[in-house]
Amino acid sequence: MSDQTVTPPNPEGALTVAAPVRSKPTATAAFAVLVMAAALVLPFVHDKPEDLRLLSLGFIMGIGAMGLNVLTGYTGQISIGHAAFYGIGAYITANLIIEQNLTVLATLPIAIAVTAAFGALVGLPALRVKGPALALVTLGLAILVPTLLLKYGSNKGVALWKPKRRHLASPVDSLTDGQWKYLVPLVALIVVYVLTKSLVNSRAGRSLIAVRDQEVAAATAGVNVTGAKIASFAISAAYCGLAGSLSVLVRGQADASSALSYFQLSIYFLVAVVVGGAATVAGPILGGMLVQYLDDKAPEWSGNKVGMAPFILGAVLVAIVYLLPGGLLGGLRQLVARLRRPPSAPDPSPNHTPATSEVQP
Amino acid sequence: MQLFLNQLFNGIEMGAVYAAVALALVLVFRTTGLFNFAQGEMAMLSTFVTWQIAQAAPILVAIIAGMALSFVGGALVERTLIRPMEQKGNPLGTVIITIGLFIALNALCQLIWPPSRAQSEPFSMPRPWPTRGTIEIAGAQLKWFTVWLVAILLLECLALYVLLQRTKLGLSLRALSSNQESSRLVGINVGTMLMVGWGLAAAVGSLAGALLASRSNQFDVSLMQFILAYAFAAAALGGMDSPLGAVIAGFIVGIAEAMAVTYVDAVEGIPIVVPLLLIFFVLLLRPEGMFGRKVVQRV
Repeated sequence: MSDQTVTPPNPEGALTVAAPVRSKPTATAAFAVLVMAAALVLPFVHDKPEDLRLLSLGFIMGIGAMGLNVLTGYTGQISIGHAAFYGIGAYITANLIIEQNLTVLATLPIAIAVTAAFGALVGLPALRVKGPALALVTLGLAILVPTLLLKYGSNKGVALWKPKRRHLASPVDSLTDGQWKYLVPLVALIVVYVLTKSLVNSRAGRSLIAVRDQEVAAATAGVNVTGAKIASFAISAAYCGLAGSLSVLVRGQADASSALSYFQLSIYFLVAVVVGGAATVAGPILGGMLVQYLDDKAPEWSGNKVGMAPFILGAVLVAIVYLLPGGLLGGLRQLVARLRRPPSAPDPSPNHTPATSEVQP
Repeated sequence: MQLFLNQLFNGIEMGAVYAAVALALVLVFRTTGLFNFAQGEMAMLSTFVTWQIAQAAPILVAIIAGMALSFVGGALVERTLIRPMEQKGNPLGTVIITIGLFIALNALCQLIWPPSRAQSEPFSMPRPWPTRGTIEIAGAQLKWFTVWLVAILLLECLALYVLLQRTKLGLSLRALSSNQESSRLVGINVGTMLMVGWGLAAAVGSLAGALLASRSNQFDVSLMQFILAYAFAAAALGGMDSPLGAVIAGFIVGIAEAMAVTYVDAVEGIPIVVPLLLIFFVLLLRPEGMFGRKVVQRV
């Protein structure tokens, strides 16, 4: 019996196995390098500040979404409050610049370290509550952080921190301010991309995925579930903190005046992850840039009609979850896989005789 | 003492609203095991619909019609949006659907009833009862509004109690919340019951929205914005699957908020912190809440 199951009953059957869904790693890597190079060259050939600013904000949204993706996509923990970490990162950077005269770059490691620690702290409740209850806790976080910043961190009741322009200006003579504010987030994005890529392909990354897929089985197989969850919270918080820090550079301010905008940003991160493709490395970048673009352009397209832009956003969110469960990147991969499938397999045309030419090349 | 009583009455008034929305959340959680993040916005949409009907009909008729329409709407949402996703076995997907609904419904209301219209013709919900004014108790003012609100809520609870405990439909609903698989095996139409659960929740939310809107002279799309956080706090505190717990906890949250903002300097001006901290502590220390069932999972 076992012989028969190993040997395919008909030799042609072996050929109908579909090609690997993923494209070849070298091809993907070459494509990624090409895109990165193009992005790095862009500000020197197309030096339009408003375009660069929009792209730059897109990169920042992408970094935040990649952070949430580590937690939600890979470890399977839902958060609708990651703007809290973004807000903390922004607050730290703005205040260090204003009060300690630090440069933006110097504040980044501090913001990252503090938000990572804070993320680990928030990860502790996640050990007890899961699923929708965790979403609820994180939602509370997104409202708490700006509220507390407003009451305890602000001066004279205004939760807006604006470093002076010269502190945010380009320190490199050959770069304009616009180019500088574009290149710093871009380089950060590339670094984060490479780090995430190596994380998910490592042993640690596989244990995160194991926790997502089967917590008990993962624990049985020797994965430290507690450690994996806390680490994943810390990493995702650090990414969002970095995004918040960088936002001070581009937007010129840290703003904690509205709890609702924090809620909205948290939802944007989630939308970016889901639309781009959860549990893919590049998907959230794609999703983040798209969300930022839509957020910027939708009011204009809808003729500034109140309510139209968020309505489209909500509807797109629901539609994507139904139609493209793998997100844009997942859909793209399916398409590539379909195009690459050997012609013998799916072709149902009536005059297609058993493909002898393909059996014997 | 006067201040204390006044704040107590305020707490009871808001507590009744929190209790009503928490009740809706619990009804959904019991049947589908979901946190419906769109519950508040569904209630807000219902409130606008009720308002629209009230333009042409007496307010009591409008409230009942609004509840009936919400029942249908809630059932439709379950059937068309929630269930297909549940069947795919994608919990992240369902959470995202309710969040998408949250955003889309809020925006839809602004599209149909533009906020700019409120300047010429404010959205003002007529009161379903004639009595105005206050009763004086030990120098403090108890509004007739509060008395009516609590009375109607208690009536609603009584109706739900009879429905859940004394009818065959209620028995099926309770069976469903206890064990979906077994309910199916004893011949309960699980699909219909899920729709009934969501419909009931939407109807309860609709009533809460209409009463809340009639509390002040006008209302807008931010009607339920922060109420949802308080309602979640109440539902978590009472136990996500206990209607009785939701109502009691609703009043506790309302009174706790009113007292905290009066007597605790640290939360002065930021009352929203109260329910959020409550959520944190309840979920951390006693995730099943006061009256909830402890979930034991077989592995």
